[in-house]
Amino acid sequence: MTSRRANGRTPIVIVVLGAVACLVFALPLVALLVRVPWRSVGSILTSAAALEALWLSIVTSVVTTLLALGIGVPLAWLLARTHFFGKTFVRAVCTLSMVLPPVVAGVALLATYGRRGIIGSPLEAVFGLRLPFTMPAVVIAQLFVAMPFLVLTVESAFNSADQTVEDAARTLGASALYTFVHVNLPQARSSIIAGAVLTWARALGEFGATITFAGNFPGTTRTLPIATYLSLESDLGEALAMSMMLVVVSLTVLIAMRARFLPTLGESR
Amino acid sequence: MSRPVSIVVAAALVAACSSGPRGGDTLVVFAASSLNDVFTALATDSESGVSADFSFAGSSTLATQIVNGAPANVFASADERQMEVVISASTNAGAPVVFATNSLVLAVERGNPRGVHALADIDEPGLLVALAAQQVPLGQYSREMLASAQVEVTPVTLEPDARSVLAKVEMGEVDVGIVYRTDAMSSDEVDFIDLDESRMLSIDYYVVALDRSDDEAQAFIDRLVGTDGQQVLLNAGFGLP
Amino acid sequence: MTLSAEFVRRLGAVTLDVTVHVDRGETLAIVGPNGAGKTSTLRTLAGLERIDSGLVSWSNEVWDDPSSQTFRGPDERAVGFVFQQFALFDHLSVLDNVAFGLRARGVRRIEARRRASELLDQLSAHALAHRAPVTLSGGEAQKVALARSLAVSPHVLLLDEPFAALDATSRTDARRLLQEQRGDGLARILVTHDAVDALTLADRILVMENGRVTQIGTPDELVAMPRTMFAAEILGLNPLRGRLAGQVLDLGNMTLTVGAHECSDGAALAVIRPRSVSLHVAQPEGSPRNVWTSSIAGVDRSVDRVRVRLAGPLPIAVEVTHGGFEALGLREGDTVWASVKASEISVRQG
Repeated sequence: MTSRRANGRTPIVIVVLGAVACLVFALPLVALLVRVPWRSVGSILTSAAALEALWLSIVTSVVTTLLALGIGVPLAWLLARTHFFGKTFVRAVCTLSMVLPPVVAGVALLATYGRRGIIGSPLEAVFGLRLPFTMPAVVIAQLFVAMPFLVLTVESAFNSADQTVEDAARTLGASALYTFVHVNLPQARSSIIAGAVLTWARALGEFGATITFAGNFPGTTRTLPIATYLSLESDLGEALAMSMMLVVVSLTVLIAMRARFLPTLGESR
Repeated sequence: MSRPVSIVVAAALVAACSSGPRGGDTLVVFAASSLNDVFTALATDSESGVSADFSFAGSSTLATQIVNGAPANVFASADERQMEVVISASTNAGAPVVFATNSLVLAVERGNPRGVHALADIDEPGLLVALAAQQVPLGQYSREMLASAQVEVTPVTLEPDARSVLAKVEMGEVDVGIVYRTDAMSSDEVDFIDLDESRMLSIDYYVVALDRSDDEAQAFIDRLVGTDGQQVLLNAGFGLP
Repeated sequence: MTLSAEFVRRLGAVTLDVTVHVDRGETLAIVGPNGAGKTSTLRTLAGLERIDSGLVSWSNEVWDDPSSQTFRGPDERAVGFVFQQFALFDHLSVLDNVAFGLRARGVRRIEARRRASELLDQLSAHALAHRAPVTLSGGEAQKVALARSLAVSPHVLLLDEPFAALDATSRTDARRLLQEQRGDGLARILVTHDAVDALTLADRILVMENGRVTQIGTPDELVAMPRTMFAAEILGLNPLRGRLAGQVLDLGNMTLTVGAHECSDGAALAVIRPRSVSLHVAQPEGSPRNVWTSSIAGVDRSVDRVRVRLAGPLPIAVEVTHGGFEALGLREGDTVWASVKASEISVRQG
C-alpha cells in the first residue's frame, strides 16, 4: 500500500483500523452474495412481481430526487446564505428525519397527509384527494427521509464557496436570483450531484416510512425494499435475490457517479 | 487506541459474544408478537420465581433467528410452518404442543361508522380495506377465508403484519381490516366483528422447549397449558385447543 | 458627474468614517496600512456592504441613503469591481466571463459574446477567449477581470490591490495597462499598499488610517507635505519623470544614473527615497555618480527628522537626522551639494 505523498509512509495502525472499518461494510455484502440462490436468481428476478417492484422503486426514487433538487437546493442556499431568527432550529427540523426511526416518520406522515391528517383531511374534503396508499405517498415518504442528504451536502458546498465570486456577479449587474442560477448553482455543481446521488440511494432503499405511510400494494406502493421484506416472511431465497438486485443497482450508480463527478469535489479552486 | 484500552474492548466483545443462552437462571422465550400481552402478564403473575426474558417478533423472523443460533430456550409460534422450520433444524428440541387458537375478525373504527356487520359487507365500493400480505400467515388465512366465503375485495394495502393492519384502522386510514381476534381485543381504538367464517381455519399456536431436558423451559410450558395460563389466554381473546 | 461618498460604517473594532469625491475621468488611489478599511470602503461604494449613516451618490442618483431608506444593490449601480483575487467564474470560458454582465442585463448571447470579444481585442487578450479561467496566469486573469468589469460600461471602476496577486513581470504589464486606460471617462478608485503605484497611477491620493481619512491630495502635495507618520513613510518619496536610455535617466535639465532595472528605454518614472540623499557643504569626496548643487527651498522639522526641500534643478525632499542637519549648519536659501547612489534610484516603466 503506498501513500500519495512521496515522503509519507502510511502508518500501519491506520491501515489496520481502516481495514476493519471496510470489513464492517464488506462482510455482510459478501455473505449476502454467498447465500443468494444463484440457480434460481434468474427466474426470481425476471418474475413479473420483482420487475414491477424494481420499476416502481426506480420511478419513485428518481421523482423523489428531482423534487429534492427542486426544493432542497433552495433550502440549502437559504440555510447557507441568509441569517434569520431560529435558523439553527430550522436546520435541525429539516434534517431530523435522518435520525428519526423511519416508522415514526411514516406515522408522522399519516398524521399529516392521512385521512384524519392536518393536511390530508381538508385535502380529501375539498378536492377528494387521498394520499395514503398511492404512488405520490411513496414519493412523499422518500422525500421526507432522503432529502436531508441533499440539503446538508449542498449547504456545506454553498458555505465553502468563494463568496467574492458571488460579489463579482452582483457588481456586474446580476440580480440575486440570476446570481443564484448562474453562479451559485454551477459553483456547487459537484456537491449538488453528489447530494442527489445520496438522496436517490437513500430513497431507493427506503422501507419503514414507505410501508407505514404508503402501505403495500403491487404496482402502486410495493417498492423493491418492501417486496424484499415481505418475501423474507415466506421465501428467504427470493429475499436474498431481490436484496442483491438492490445492491447491484445502487452500487453501479454510486460507482459510476463517483468516477464521473466526485473527483472534482476535492479540487481546490 | 492505547493498548490497555484495546484489550479491554476486545475482552468485552468476546464476553458479549460467548455469553450462553442462559444468563444466570433467566429463561429466554421467543414468542410471536400476538402473544406479547399474555406472556408478559403470565411472567409478572408468576409465583414460581422463574424470571423470563421475552423476545417478541413475527414467527418467521424468530424462526430464522433461532435457526441461525439465537439463544432461545422456548419458542412459541403463531404458525405451524415456522415451528416445523425450527424443529427440523434442531437435534434436541422437545415435542411441540398446541396451547391456543385464534380466529379472524373485522376490525373497524370505534362506533363502526360505516356499518360493517359481516364479511359480505366489505366488498362495498368505496370502502377502504386493509389486509395482511399473503407472505405472512394472517394474509394467508384472510385470503383463504375470503375465497371460501366467495367475497371479492380489492384492498388498498397489504400490510406486513397484524399490528400494521390494526394501526391503519386505528388511524382511520382504512375503514376495515382483517386481523386476529386477539389483536382487535388489545386495542381500545377499534371495535370488531367476529367471523364465523374463520372457524374453518385452524389457527393454532405451538410452543416447544428447544432443549427437551430443560426443566425450566418445561415448567414455563406447563404453566401455559395449565389452568392459570389458559385463563389468561381466554381473557386475551384466544380460543383453547 | 461625480461619485460622492460621505458615510459612517461600523465594522467591529474600526469605524469607517469616509468623505470622498471622485470626478469622471479622475483616478483616486487609497493607501493605508492593513486593516485601515480600504477594501471595506470599496465594497461599500460598490453596494456590497451598506452604510450606517451618510450618503453615497453618483451625480443626482442616490445609491445609499439610510435616512430615506434608499439603497441600490450592486447590480443597480454602474460600478465595476476588480477583485484582488480576480474572482473569475471558473465554470465559464474567458469569453463568457467577459460577457456575463451583459447577459445578466438581458443582452442576447450572440451580441454579448460579440461585444466581449471586441473588448478582449482592445486589451490584446483575444487569444484567451476560449481558455478556462483556471488555466490563466495571474496577469491574464487580471486582464480578464478588468475586461469583465468594463464590459458593462460602468461609471465607476473600483480596483482592489490590482497588483498584489501578480508576479513581477505581470505587474509591469498591468501597470502599463492601467496607465493607458487613464482618462477614459471613468471615475476610478484604486486601493493599494504600494505608494509608488499610487504616485504613478493616481490623480489624487487618499491616505486612510484606522477607518479615517488622514490626508487627501495630489501626489505632489502629499510628497511635499505628508501629514502623518504613515504618509511620510510611504508617500514622502520623490517621483521623477524622464526618459530612460540604458542606465541613464534624462530629466531634461539634468541626467541621473540609475540602478539595475528591467525596463526598456523610453518614458520612465524614477523614485528617490528622501533618506537616501546625502547633503554636503562642499563637493563630496569619492565619486558618487549623481552629484549636483542646489539651494535649500525650505526646512520642516518633525519629531525625529528634518525634511529639507531642495530648489531646482531637481526639486526633491531630503530627510536627515536633527544631529546631521545641525552639524551641516545650513539654513534656508543656502547652497548645498546633494548626492545619491545609482543603486538608490529605482525606475519603473511609464
